[in-house]
Amino acid sequence: MLLSCKNVRKVFGDHVILDGLGLDVAEHEVVALIGASGSGKSTLLRCVNLLTEIDDGTIHLDGDEITDPQADPDVVRQRIGLVFQSYNLFPHMTVLDNITLAPVRVHKRPPAEAKAQAMQWLDRVGLAGKAGAYPDRLSGGQQQRVAIVRALVNNPRLLLLDEVTSALDPELVGEVLTMIRELKGEGMTMVLATHEMGFARQVADRVAFLDGGRVLEQGPPAQVLGDPVEARTRQFLARIIEAGRL
Amino acid sequence: MTYSPSPRQQERIAYRRGRAVRSVLLAAASTAVVGTLLAVGITGAPGWTRVKESFFDPDTAVEYLPAILEGLWLNLRLLVVCASLALALGLLVAVLRTLRGPVFFPVRVLATGYTYSFRGLPLIIVIYLFAFGIPGLRLQGTPDVLVLGAGAIIVTYGAYLAEVFRAGIESVHPSQIAAARSLGLSYRQAMRHVVLPQAVRRVAPPLLNDTVALQKDVGLISLAGPIDAIRAAQIGVAQEADFTPYIVAGVLFVLLALPLIAVTDGVTLRAARRQNAGN
Ligand SMILES: Nc1ncnc2c1ncn2[C@@H]1O[C@H](COP(=O)(O)OP(=O)(O)OP(=O)(O)O)[C@@H](O)[C@H]1O
Ligand SMILES: [Mg+2]
Repeated sequence: MLLSCKNVRKVFGDHVILDGLGLDVAEHEVVALIGASGSGKSTLLRCVNLLTEIDDGTIHLDGDEITDPQADPDVVRQRIGLVFQSYNLFPHMTVLDNITLAPVRVHKRPPAEAKAQAMQWLDRVGLAGKAGAYPDRLSGGQQQRVAIVRALVNNPRLLLLDEVTSALDPELVGEVLTMIRELKGEGMTMVLATHEMGFARQVADRVAFLDGGRVLEQGPPAQVLGDPVEARTRQFLARIIEAGRL
Repeated sequence: MTYSPSPRQQERIAYRRGRAVRSVLLAAASTAVVGTLLAVGITGAPGWTRVKESFFDPDTAVEYLPAILEGLWLNLRLLVVCASLALALGLLVAVLRTLRGPVFFPVRVLATGYTYSFRGLPLIIVIYLFAFGIPGLRLQGTPDVLVLGAGAIIVTYGAYLAEVFRAGIESVHPSQIAAARSLGLSYRQAMRHVVLPQAVRRVAPPLLNDTVALQKDVGLISLAGPIDAIRAAQIGVAQEADFTPYIVAGVLFVLLALPLIAVTDGVTLRAARRQNAGN
């Protein structure tokens, strides 16, 4: 297993958000996390990236326990990319500087090489012309693609995507989805939290439904979204259908 | 097809031009009225001739100008040194106050205590303490009063500037740090490359404003003995029983401050524009 979460517990005050959660992700697999708002999807992704400390359980990446208190979180994060719903690009840096910051400062790559690689990526996603622009000059879809490229240039083993399309206007969702589908084609291992069941159906190998702080039900998208076993999953999907998001 | 403004747009342009001309004329007229009133009011005052002699005497001005200019040169050098060191100290203290973890507890306490006490302490007292108290210890290698006085200004202004920097650091959204850390940057790298550049840009106007204030306060160093522009003027005033040297020094201070004030206004305006563009 590339990622293995066992018995993960996370508490905020007296709110138990994750309660003995288990989730395994194989190499090249794409797993979609679904669940009601507040069910802990973002929290789980932040725990895997060590931005939030877990209160019990273990998380292994490539067989190493990353939740070992002696592990260096900075080194662990170098192997995991995380993309946020709100892009979080650095507003005082150009697109190119946003992308090359970590390769140059963290991975100590020569600036010229990092720049060349960044330009290749930008070219690939059709944003080469925006290399020198500041983030506030970009549309939401463009910013989100830059944020994904910024995570990818570190060559992460695992890419975590937190509702990367939910801040986007519907006509901009497509360009980000296309990019993620291409990454899947290249074998990138991804865990993505999403409210868009269509998105989960299209790109995920497996859908995991979070409820009560655990993965209540998981399986191929067609099964979990089409013919769920658990009553809670059916209720959740019924509400989503009502909201017109399936 | 080439664009030419519609008749309606041409009307609008003509109307706006008319308004602009009218505003200029109005401004000129009201300035003339206010100016005349002020001039008549002041020069017509019963004591005007006396004031004119003892505050605006050209001969005294010319006589003391070289000494005051020499003093001003000291103010200028002090300004550059004190401003740069106070900015550096302020930034350092602000960053120290953000450090978390038990190891840094004493550092945090010291930094917080420093900003609290030196913001409350009047600069004059700090100068006296530094310039007369420290030499009183009779330690070996005690620096010159000029250095001690400059130290007092740096330490006092450092406390104000630290608070300005801290406000800037706190205004950077935590998601920016999360994004930097998620890329593998260490806390230090995230501070240096992501948080501080944004923080400093945001607080540039208040920082510059404090620098303008510092420019005036470097003159207080004369309390400890060194002859700056104000002290040089004071000597002239005592000798001639005439306040003209103060006026000369005042005018020179304003001239010295003008470029800095202009830069501050420019930066403030740009910051405000950027803020609006962001919304
Ligand atoms: N730093 C925090 N301090 C306290 N409570 C928090 C914190 N972060 C998250 N929570 C709480 O944890 C719960 C789970 O939040 P989380 O963001 O993981 O949900 P989510 O499944 O991602 O929801 P959404 O679909 O709305 O994004 C929420 O009730 C939230 O209020
Ligand atoms: Mg979320």
